[in-house]
Amino acid sequence: MSATTTPSVTPSATAVARGAPLLATYAWLVFAFIHLPIIVLIVYSFNRDGVGGFPPRHLTLDWYRQLFGDGAIWTSVLNSLIVAACSVALSLTLGLLAALALDRASFPGKALFRRLVLLPLILPGIITGLSLLMFAVYAGAHLSLVTVFLGHGTALISVATTELFAGLHKMDRAQEEASLDLGATPLQTFWRVTLPNLKLSLIAAGLLIFTLSMDEIAVTFFLIGRDNTLPLEIWGRLRRGITPEINAISTLIFAASVILIVIWFQLRTRAQRKAF
Amino acid sequence: MYSRAYKLFVSLPPLLWVGLFLLLPYALMLAHSFWMLRDGFVVHQWNLQNYRTLATNPVYAQVLLRSMRIAASVTLCSLLLGYPLAYYLSFHAGPRKEILYQLVIVPLWVSYLVRGYAWKTILGSDGVLNGFLQYLHLTNAPVGFLLYSPFAVILMLTHIYTPFVFLPIYAALEHIPRPLVEASQDLGASPWKTFLRIILPLSLPGLLAGATFAFVLSLGDFLAPLLVGGASGTMIANIVQSLFGAAYDWPLGAAISVCILLITVTLLFLTERLEKRWSFR
Repeated sequence: MSATTTPSVTPSATAVARGAPLLATYAWLVFAFIHLPIIVLIVYSFNRDGVGGFPPRHLTLDWYRQLFGDGAIWTSVLNSLIVAACSVALSLTLGLLAALALDRASFPGKALFRRLVLLPLILPGIITGLSLLMFAVYAGAHLSLVTVFLGHGTALISVATTELFAGLHKMDRAQEEASLDLGATPLQTFWRVTLPNLKLSLIAAGLLIFTLSMDEIAVTFFLIGRDNTLPLEIWGRLRRGITPEINAISTLIFAASVILIVIWFQLRTRAQRKAF
Repeated sequence: MYSRAYKLFVSLPPLLWVGLFLLLPYALMLAHSFWMLRDGFVVHQWNLQNYRTLATNPVYAQVLLRSMRIAASVTLCSLLLGYPLAYYLSFHAGPRKEILYQLVIVPLWVSYLVRGYAWKTILGSDGVLNGFLQYLHLTNAPVGFLLYSPFAVILMLTHIYTPFVFLPIYAALEHIPRPLVEASQDLGASPWKTFLRIILPLSLPGLLAGATFAFVLSLGDFLAPLLVGGASGTMIANIVQSLFGAAYDWPLGAAISVCILLITVTLLFLTERLEKRWSFR
């Protein structure tokens, strides 16, 4: 099948590859640079003598044991999970509406709205964080996980809107028209046609928002009350001196993220296979 | 085809929410920059005092310049690392492309803070790198200048933003029609010439997007300097942070924030225009 195209591609492909050894070496060095800190992080989570020195000796699981008995860390993990889950719900809801509005309605200030929504994604976190802090103080709000959630949920509407707007664009509008023409109400059309079509975009946006919220620190830094999220808990510990316990929790979170991503890819490829 | 009620229903909630929880806070920041502090309290009296302070006290300009230098270095380093990597993946990786792409993305799933922390454990005076150097007998005593310096900030931020710079460049390279590249080679252009005349110009929008992103976000970073920067690595956002914290001068802090915001928005505006122009060539 590809016999007709292969001959024309192969010679030039090899021609391009001729100068490659140097480039390949360079690329692998960049790879090493990108991965080095993560490898160090993981390896030293098993190092008995702490986070420094070379080579790592006396491998141990002590830090993990210590970690599992560390109530403060797990409380903060739970806090982060709750904040992230709520943020996903909030920003997906508002982001979906915003995407629909941008796609289908015209209203005054639309261009401004489109840019405004994106600002938290583009601006350094400190500006958004401090603006929200001032707002909270003026509104008389008590800084707590609720303010953190409102901050995350609002800032991440940007991600939801962008993803879902792209999803809406790819969607076949005719299906909705057909549904409406055949007598379905707008609400029925939304539940039965629009939402199912957006399922993949919704999951992708949700996962992205979840991980971004779990990891957020610049905005959280200014909105946090007495209860810490995981990044803020780690931040607090870094100031007091560092132990491989931080390596251990980071390794576990990393492993969890990788597992989540693999599951997501499986889901996506299965969905794509079904679609074709 | 959509009714008025439908349009109202989908546009009103996000508009109200974003107006209340985003526009208003940003407006509050802008307003503060024109207010002033009296007897330790913010008074709502409109004036330009904060901006005058910024213009006359050289400390602010110095730190802003240092931050811009650091941000520019980060951008340059990320490009120098990210572009060849993207090029290699797009043109030379062959069937391993997909898996290598995933490998570039993987570090993005490790938290920003944790990656900064990892660099701290590597660069510290009793850190991994110093241990390694002494293990090889390259040095006898720990090398102290690695951590708590602008160098450490640049290194850490470069590490963070290289994948971010990589992504749009890779996307741009992947969109270059391959027959174009082949035609250039078939007509006798050297690989180098093909790169300079065909590939580089066509990837400029992606390069620009990545560079802007890296510059803007590292310019406003305050955590990397706190983690690995030390006193000599202090950046403009650290001053903002301390003005909002211990120093308690919100109006002045707000004025600096507005300056950062203006630089950011100007840059984004410029790159957007350049991108438009370049993508039509």
